[in-house]
Amino acid sequence: MVAIVERRMIVPNVHLLTVEAPEVAESARPGNFVIVRPDERGERIPLTIADWDTQAGTVTSIFVQVGASTAKLARLKAGDTVPSYAGPLGNETEIGSFGTVLLVAGCYGLGSILPIARALKEAGNEVYALIEARSSYLLYWADRLQAVVDRLIVITRDGSRGYKGHVTRLAEILALERIEPDRVIAHACTFQMMTVAAQTRPLGIKTIVSMNPIMIDGTGMCGVCRLTVAGETKFACVDGPEFDGHEVDWEEFLARREGYRAEEIEPLHRSGCESRF
Amino acid sequence: MSKVDLVRRPMPKQEPAERVRNFDEVALGYTVELAREEAARCLTCKKPGCVDGCPVAVDIPGFVGHIAAGDVRAAVRAVKQTNALPAVCGRVCPQEEQCERNCVLGKKGDPVAIGRLERFVADWEAAEGAGEPQPLPRPSGHAVAVVGSGPAGITVAADLALRGHAVTMFEALHEAGGVLTYGIPEFRLPKAIVRREVDYVRSLGVELRLDFVVGKTRTIERLLETFDAVFVGAGAGLPWFLDIPGENLNGVFSANEYLTRCNLMRGFRFPAFDTPLKRSARVAVFGGGNVAMDSARTALRLGADEVHIVYRRSKTELPARAEEVENAEEEGVIFDFLTLPIRLIGDERGWLTGIECRRMELGEPDASGRRRPVEIPGSEFVMEMEASVCAIGNSPNPLIPMTTPGLEVGKKGNIVASEDTGATSRAGVWAGGDVVTGAATVISAMGAGRRAARSIDAALSGAPEPSDSQT
Repeated sequence: MVAIVERRMIVPNVHLLTVEAPEVAESARPGNFVIVRPDERGERIPLTIADWDTQAGTVTSIFVQVGASTAKLARLKAGDTVPSYAGPLGNETEIGSFGTVLLVAGCYGLGSILPIARALKEAGNEVYALIEARSSYLLYWADRLQAVVDRLIVITRDGSRGYKGHVTRLAEILALERIEPDRVIAHACTFQMMTVAAQTRPLGIKTIVSMNPIMIDGTGMCGVCRLTVAGETKFACVDGPEFDGHEVDWEEFLARREGYRAEEIEPLHRSGCESRF
Repeated sequence: MSKVDLVRRPMPKQEPAERVRNFDEVALGYTVELAREEAARCLTCKKPGCVDGCPVAVDIPGFVGHIAAGDVRAAVRAVKQTNALPAVCGRVCPQEEQCERNCVLGKKGDPVAIGRLERFVADWEAAEGAGEPQPLPRPSGHAVAVVGSGPAGITVAADLALRGHAVTMFEALHEAGGVLTYGIPEFRLPKAIVRREVDYVRSLGVELRLDFVVGKTRTIERLLETFDAVFVGAGAGLPWFLDIPGENLNGVFSANEYLTRCNLMRGFRFPAFDTPLKRSARVAVFGGGNVAMDSARTALRLGADEVHIVYRRSKTELPARAEEVENAEEEGVIFDFLTLPIRLIGDERGWLTGIECRRMELGEPDASGRRRPVEIPGSEFVMEMEASVCAIGNSPNPLIPMTTPGLEVGKKGNIVASEDTGATSRAGVWAGGDVVTGAATVISAMGAGRRAARSIDAALSGAPEPSDSQT
């Protein structure tokens, strides 16, 4: 059982969750995730770690409210507890001296990309970040990221800040910004990461993506998080979660993400009178 | 001496038609009268073969004799001397291949129902309440970390706690018990019983840390800074699949996933519990072991119209316990023997719709001594199915081998450990159970735990390694 230090909506539908978990904080590395169970009847869901503080013993994640479990998490407040918070899980992001690295982030990735940016800078890379949101009011942590990276580039669907559009413009933006990355790392929703991989493939830029399948145990036992990478079945929880985006079978991955869509949402679509929350 | 009684007392069970509609335990257990009658059949051999057949050497004639004499409390003490998990072992051990196989009564009739009697003893204690609490031994001053709270870990933890060592048991999941909790279904091993056994181990002073993933939250190396010894019983790892096209379609499950959703996450009670479990009308289970039987019977209880076990060999080669096969048959599971799935077929949205199979015939015996199944060309056919569950085994859990430098790992990803002592290539680290052997039985993991505990205790006490002749 861990205590919640802070839970707040930082932009519409996107929440920050900070808990007291000193052992997790001590072992956390960029790219790791945790498995959280919101309450005693809740699912085990993976959340990517966005930040941690070894001194305070706290760990922070950013999550988007999509289904029943994240709705439960979104109702928690400081002082509440969650029964399970296990981690850090998954392999850490490969941090090397790559030269120029472009980080692409959307959705919860604006949070989880931050520790990667820090580590890459410390390793001596030139680091650029491209962050995307539907509109400028949905951006968060842009200032924190700006303080770390060499240049922050923003793209919004409505053009309210930075470039207008979607990461489908990635190749064009790279040319306009005169950035020639040696490596791209994307943390975003599946569709955005797939788009990034499609954009960088013709440019021949190695592109790492952080896969976010359905998980249960998250420790290499159940096998539900499997995906096909370079024609082989891999398990995101122990082989990943980061893989080469040019080798991922995206179509299969998207289909597998849909496996329980109805059940994820079903509990939300009730009148409230019979709600079990 | 009275006439030898060759007929074993049957154990009451739920009727098949009724039990396929619930997740309650199928077998109801002996009454005191039935237990006494059954126990009275024991011939109390001078050289009891049954004890030799038990991986943890339970004093079988001793406890059976106490039941026959009507002193169940004494029977409880006799069993618990060597077995921390009698209620579990009485239910899931393959007694027919172990203790009961060596029973002399088996030569002319039915062997004594040792498993049922062990279960009776444990359930009697649960109902009547534990007797005098065991006096805890004087603290040894040594601290031991046990990784995993499954059968191996629980045995090590209990044995070492009884020797006065301060034991902390680390469990990666949110409930203790390992495969007893996530793998074996409620109808075969009620979770209340697992909790009871875990509580017993805790009552010996063992500290339990849930949601603690050794290898990730803390490495083995870090644990060795504060613990004098570490036992790794991390259990099963990633499921094996058949390696045929279509295995990543929706509706295709590993048994680990299917059973974990149901047992650990209580998916059979969705939406009262949040983790969903598909209720499919037509389900095919691949494999012929106990896990396959558990998966098929789970699918029936979830309301499937038709559940098939697809097995490439014949009924004679089924590795599952005869009792479980019989239960599955009674409940209406359809067995497709000599059938090999070769391709999973999906619709345009990526959902399973059918399974292409090929018929097999039995050829010459293979390395395992079983007749090798040989494919019959041109015998392909398609079964319409909404779901499939692959129950053909799994590799050992990879997290500790991945994160512990200097720990020798075998070809299959298993930790290499001495069969006699559980000692690994790393000083201070012992291992046992599925993480060493690959998927095996509860009792073999407990046996490995027992031997490792003895070796750890000897190492900590500075005593010479004990001989292992009694196992």
